[in-house]
This record gives sequence, structure tokens and C-alpha cells, in this order.
Amino acid sequence: MNYFPDEVIEHVFHFVESNKDRNSISLVCKLWYRIERFSRLRVFVGNCYAISPERVFARFPFMKSLFLKGKPHFADFNLVPDDWGGFLYPWIEYMARNKVNLEELRLKRMIVTDDSLELIAASFANFKSLVLVSCEGFTTDGLAAIAANCRFLRELDLQENEIEDHRGQWINCFPECHTSLVALNFACLRGDINLAALERLVARSPNLKSLRLNQAVPLETFHRILVRAPQLVELGVGSFVNDPESEINDKLTSALQKCQSMRSLSGFFEVTLSCMSAIYPVCENLISLNLSYAPEIPGNELIKIIQHCRKLQKLWVLDCIGDKGLKVVADSCKELQELRVFPFDPHGVRNGAVTEEGLVAVASGCLKLNSLLYFCQQMTNEALITVARKCPNFIRFRLCILNPTKPDAATMQPLDEGFGAIVQSCKGLRRLSMSGLLTDRVFHYIGSFAENLEMLSVAFAGDSDAGMLYVLNGCKKLSKLEIRDSPFGNVALLMDVRKYETMRSLWMSSCEVTMGGCRTLAKMMPRLNVEVINDSGDLDKHGDDNQVVNKLFVYRTLVGPRKDAPDFVWTL
Amino acid sequence: MTPLLAVEEGQGGGSGLSNSPSVDSISHDCSGLKERNYLGFSECSSVDSCAVSGASDEKKSSLNLKATELCLGLPGSLSPERDLRVCSGKPEERPLFPLLTSKDGLCSSSMQKNLVSGNKRGFTDAINELLEVKNAVYTSGSWIAGNAAMDMMLASRELAAVKEAGPKSSTECSSAVNQNLTKAANNVPANKARVIGWPPIRSFRKNILATTSKDNEEVDGKPGPHSLFVKVSMDGAPYLRKVDLRNYASYQELSSSLEKMFSGFTIGQCGSESIPGKGKLNESKLRDLLLGSEYVLTYEDKDGDWMLVGDVPWEMFIESCKRLKIMKGSEAIGLTPGAAQAEIPKIKN
Repeated sequence: MNYFPDEVIEHVFHFVESNKDRNSISLVCKLWYRIERFSRLRVFVGNCYAISPERVFARFPFMKSLFLKGKPHFADFNLVPDDWGGFLYPWIEYMARNKVNLEELRLKRMIVTDDSLELIAASFANFKSLVLVSCEGFTTDGLAAIAANCRFLRELDLQENEIEDHRGQWINCFPECHTSLVALNFACLRGDINLAALERLVARSPNLKSLRLNQAVPLETFHRILVRAPQLVELGVGSFVNDPESEINDKLTSALQKCQSMRSLSGFFEVTLSCMSAIYPVCENLISLNLSYAPEIPGNELIKIIQHCRKLQKLWVLDCIGDKGLKVVADSCKELQELRVFPFDPHGVRNGAVTEEGLVAVASGCLKLNSLLYFCQQMTNEALITVARKCPNFIRFRLCILNPTKPDAATMQPLDEGFGAIVQSCKGLRRLSMSGLLTDRVFHYIGSFAENLEMLSVAFAGDSDAGMLYVLNGCKKLSKLEIRDSPFGNVALLMDVRKYETMRSLWMSSCEVTMGGCRTLAKMMPRLNVEVINDSGDLDKHGDDNQVVNKLFVYRTLVGPRKDAPDFVWTL
Repeated sequence: MTPLLAVEEGQGGGSGLSNSPSVDSISHDCSGLKERNYLGFSECSSVDSCAVSGASDEKKSSLNLKATELCLGLPGSLSPERDLRVCSGKPEERPLFPLLTSKDGLCSSSMQKNLVSGNKRGFTDAINELLEVKNAVYTSGSWIAGNAAMDMMLASRELAAVKEAGPKSSTECSSAVNQNLTKAANNVPANKARVIGWPPIRSFRKNILATTSKDNEEVDGKPGPHSLFVKVSMDGAPYLRKVDLRNYASYQELSSSLEKMFSGFTIGQCGSESIPGKGKLNESKLRDLLLGSEYVLTYEDKDGDWMLVGDVPWEMFIESCKRLKIMKGSEAIGLTPGAAQAEIPKIKN
């Protein structure tokens, strides 16, 4: 390769899209490092505090697309205080000031303000795509700024964000000349929307492929939109409520039948059950179906729908589908790769929830299954062992038993063997979340067999420091480790401190680490930020080493302690 | 690197593995084996060891080597039983997870218990030694840096591995197991108590399901909708909290919980009192602070109006409350009580 001129090498690199591969390429020699950095267009920053905007853009001056992640994963479950951090503004401010030609921005768990959105709208003339996942801190006014000013906006995708809805007219703000929209997802907005403006927007967007509506969009509007946009590939239904006698049902059926390209369906926040049959024709071609926000669809209707979905690859449902429904999934959806079953009622005592039987049924019938998130009432080792044997292709395996320390329902033993079987059989496993009664032994299995594991989530598990040690020693590719309510303390934390520089981050909450352990870690490893999060106010910053630290977040960084930490976050 | 070595490496970064050539030869001899459960945990029939499954002859000759190897497995159970165990069938056909080799596909619980207890005992031995070493080092104040500590760990493991501990009686084992199990059980929160952040579902999802499934309450007698998280902010407090309104049945519960949550700040506010310790504030004094003239609890309703908490019935309140705020009394002048708001047309300051 070194005999070629740089342009040729660059051209070859152009075909390398994965950033992991590009990172490897840039390690080969200085020449390749230089060529690679000038040709990287998409930059991924897994932890916004690991690096500064200055250094990112110094290395990749031609980047056009940025993917930033902020808060640790456990922030999803209220374990991280709201103001912990993850602010977008400094990044936008730097990029605006330095005239970066930003076209795409993707964010996860960041605090986004209206100011940031307005600055984006004002600064990047070619801005094309904004994808926000689990972010918060902004309102529909910020969206209005984006809509109004980003002339070439193709994609506005809002997934599960907390957005303050001012019930304004943000959708009006797309100018009449704006015709480039390809994807629009505002399903997470709670407020009303200007329906006429929405319809006009759809009408003038011939390239629109993906549209996900919120609950405030009624059936009549939905029908009109379908008529205007039969080319839709992805559709999120808002409200599917209608008078069953009304003539619109037939119109709806025929409109849906014309949508030959439809491959993904979601939404259905509220439904009239007798109208559901209208969607059966669409189901034949569906690849992705997300009914996890549709609590009004009971198990037997879900079964009817699923029986039509022969080509389904991704299914998200509520557990009211029951074991019975999962057996239907196993029989009907032979192409299924990803399954997520969410609890309808996380705290109640319900009879309709799923058990190990449903999981075994799906694993037995859907042999291509590789990604699972499963909330269930109970599990057994035997079931997990069967699943491991039938589906050795798991990449993501996340099991959540609603009672966090419940043992094997049949034998009352810990679930060590079951999870052990999973890690032993699924060689490609990259992500694992466990629950149930678990001892140090399961960690021994994980350390021994989970060679490709990158992310591990642990809750209420283990007996001693040995558990955590097995994982830290054994999982060479471990990148993110998050632990809560487990008896791991300083010995485990400090055994191999250099390991943490090979990982993105470590989260420990309600474990047994102390201030002394954290201080020692911070002292030994200056390139880690060791953050003690004292949101309960119990700790004394200059006090005793023996104080138990309730929340600890450790991550590698090239830029030292961050300057925007609130008072209750101490970087030791 | 053979799979066996990969397993060993996991324990210690490769230092001190002087047995590696022999280990290599063992693995090569057992040709059809691929990656196996070398540590033998899930092998069903008897108290187990870190045996390479398959060819038993090679194993016999390497017993001594095995004993000194760095198996995380079961140093306490390197026992004669190993020789007795017959390797059933060809390696390829041998099921990966021997729990299924029993007739009905499930080990009896007593077998499993023995398995667990046998393994646990020896395993706990080794790790306890290791941890004693570690604790001694740590408490002595001088922390041994990375590699040296690792070597110590290896050394203690080898010691444990060589020890020829006879088969443990099941009573001894079960007590160890029970100890572990009860310890785990003690970590279990009370059945009805809600654990923060459990089950791990995004609050966004919880809230959406709560609002959309309200109407289904009577339909099939399901329990009421679940979590209703709202943000709580307080003037002068550095951060927001979130509370789940479903956790409370009355205003009294809500306000006492908020008192506890924000007590840290009111202490700061009331300055002159010198209060010893960190959070021991006289409860009545705090209530006076919160409910008296100092602070008032307000909420933003669905229409975006800020109102005083406490005037509408509790159920109505949680339906319409979007956000809570603990305001200074002086700033709350002009807020109309909730009930009055419902009757008169909106008159806001």
C-alpha cells in the first residue's frame, strides 16, 4: 500500500466505514494516521467527557457527522441525578465558532437546550440530520428553530426524549419551500400538533420515507397522510381510535393496502380494537413491529396481528402477549432476530406476564434470534440452558426478572448455571444484563467464557469481591461495566486499576466501595476521572476514608476533570 | 493460544504459567474437544474439578500437573472421584451442559445442591485466602501496585490448588452454601418495598404507559397505572429530583418525603441554628420551614399554570400535576389555589 500515492490510499479508506476499523487503520503508521484523520467524516464519541471538542476537531477537521453520548446508562433508571452533566452546548458553541461543516448530529442521554438547537439552526448551513435519543432539557421552541432554519433538513428523529411541549406551532415552522424531508419522528411529544400543517408538510415531501406520529394525531389525519404518502417505509401510528361503524375503516384499509413499501410499524398509543384488522395486509411485509407503547392491545389481538407477520425480524411488545403469544411468535416469525418484551405493569402482581416458557418457545422456534430484552416474572436454569443451546448466536442478552433476587423458580437454586450456559454457548455475546439470584459463580463463568463481552450490567448479584474480579480479569474486551446493589468493595475496585483505562466506564452504586478506595484509585490513575456522586448529601468530602460511597462513576479521559460538574459530583 | 490457556490467562496475566507446554500437549491430545467447560462447574454427576472433558487416560497422567494449575475451579475437590467418572460418549455428542444428561433433562435438586456445595467449598477457600491476603495488604496502608498484587494472588491460588483437601461432607458444604444464600437473601428488599430504579425501565416508558392505560383500570380489574415521575425543583437547591407520585397516597406522605429529600438545603437556609451532624433536623422545625411562611409547594398543571398544592383532591392532583416546585413563600404570592382555578376563568398575574 505504501507504494501508492496518498489519494489512492485515501480512496481505499473511503470504503472503511466502521470507526473501530478506522481506529485500527490509524495505528499502522504515521502516514496512514494522517490520511485516515483527514478522511474521517463520521466521528463517534462514546463519552462526551473523555475528550474535548477542541481535540476532536483538531484530529478530524473534515468531520461532518458527530455521535455523542452523555450520561451513563443507569441514568435511564433514575440512578443519576438530573444535573449530573452531559451538556451539548459547549460542543455546538465550539463547532459554530470554528466553522465546522456539521451535517449530522446524533445524541444519546445528553442535556440539550433550546439555545443549543437555535445555535445549530443558525450555524450549520448544510445541516441535514438531527437524531436525539433519551435527551432532555429542551422544548418545542428549539424544534421550531431547527424546522425554520435548516433548509436542507432531511431527518428529525426524536426517540424517547423528555421534551417540554409548548403546544406551539413548531410544525408550521417548516417553510413552504422545504421539500427535502425524509424522516420525521415526533412520537415522544405529548402535546397537540397543528394537523393541517402536518398534512401540508407530508404533501410537499416526496422523499418522505419514515413518519412517526404522536398520540395527538387522530385517525382521520392518519388516513389522509397515508393517502398522500403511500411510499412510506416506516410508520408510527398515533391514535388508532375510531367509531367502528364509520366508513373511514374501509377507506383506511384500502389506503393501507396501497402502502406496498411499508416495512416498519409502531405507535398505537390508543386503539379501537375492532379497527385493528385494517393493518393485517400491511403485516405481511413487515420487518419491524413495535407495539411496546400500545397498552390497549390485549394478548389475543396481538396474537392475531403477529400471525400475519411472517417476515418479521424485530418485535417489541408488552408482556400481555403472554407465554401463549410468544409461542405464536415462535411459530410465525421464523426470521426474528430481535425481541423485546416489556412489562405492562412493573410493580403489580399480574397473571398475564411472561415466564421462562415463553422464552424457551421463542428460542426454539426463532433460530436467528440474536438480540433479546426480556422482562419476566420468573426464570429457570433449565430454560436458560435450553435457550443457550438452541440460539448460540446471541449478541445481546438482557434478562430482567421483576423480583431482583429471585432464584430458579423450579429448583430455588441461583441462576448461575443458566447464565453460565449462555456465555459459554454464545461466543459472540457483546452485551449481557443479568438478574435473579446470582452468586460469584456466574461471574466466574462470565470471566472464563465471555471473550467478546463489551458491556455487562449487574444488579443485586454476587457474594464477594471475587465476583467482580473474575469479570475484570477475564473479559478482555470489556468496555462498560455497571453494577448496582452488589457486595463489591475496595479490594475488587483496586485489584487491577490499569484495566479501567482499557474500558470506557465503570459505574458502581450501592456497593461497598469507600472514599478511601476511590481516593486511592484516583491517585493511582491520573487519566481516569473518578467521580463520587454525593446527591444524597451523606458524604463528607474531606472526611473519613471509611465512608461508603453510594454512587461511583469512573471513566477514562484525555482531558482531565471536567469543569461543568455540579457541586455534588466530586472528581477525586 | 489454546482455549485452555485463555482461561488461565484470565486469572493472572500469564505470569507464572510454567506448566504451559504440558497444558498445550493435553489440549492437543484431546482433539475433538474444541472449547469446553474446563472448569467443570456444570458437569453434573459428582463433586467436580477443573477437568478437561473427554479423554480420561491423558488426564490420569496429568493429575499432578492439574493440581498445580491455576484453576479458578475447585481446588478443594481435586479428589479421587475424578477417576471414577466415566466419560460418556464421544466428545462431539456430549452435551455441552450436562445438566441435560439426566433422563428427564433436569438434575435433581439434591444433585445440584451437592454440585453447588462441593464447588462452593473449595472455591470459597481459595478466594478467601486471596482476599485475606489482599485485606492484610490493604489495611497495612501500603498498597502493592498492580503486578505484584497479581503475583500474590497467583501464589495463593497455587497453594490452594495443591492442597489435597478430601471430599467435603455435604453438611459442611451446605452450611457454607446456606450462609451465602442467606447473605444474598438479606440483600433482597422487602417484597413490597419499591427499589429505586427497578425494574430497569426508562421513566419515559413508565410514564407513557401510565397515561395511556388509565382507562383500562376497570376493564379487567388490573391494578392501577404505574409510575408517575415528576421533577421536583427547589429555589436555591443545586439540583432537581424526581419523585414517583404513585408512591404516595396523600399530600401528607408527599410533603414529608419531600421534606426528607430537600432537608439538606433547608439546613443551609436556616443558617443561624447550629445543628450537629449532617441531617438531624428537628422534624417539626422543618415542617414549619416547608409548610410555614418560608416555603410553599407548588405545581405546574397540564395547562401550564402554576398552582398551590393541596386544594384539589389527591387523585385529581396527580392526574394533572406535571412538575413540582418548592418556592419561597414570598414568590408564591399571587398563585391561586387549585380549586378556585377550576371554577373561575383563568385569571393569572
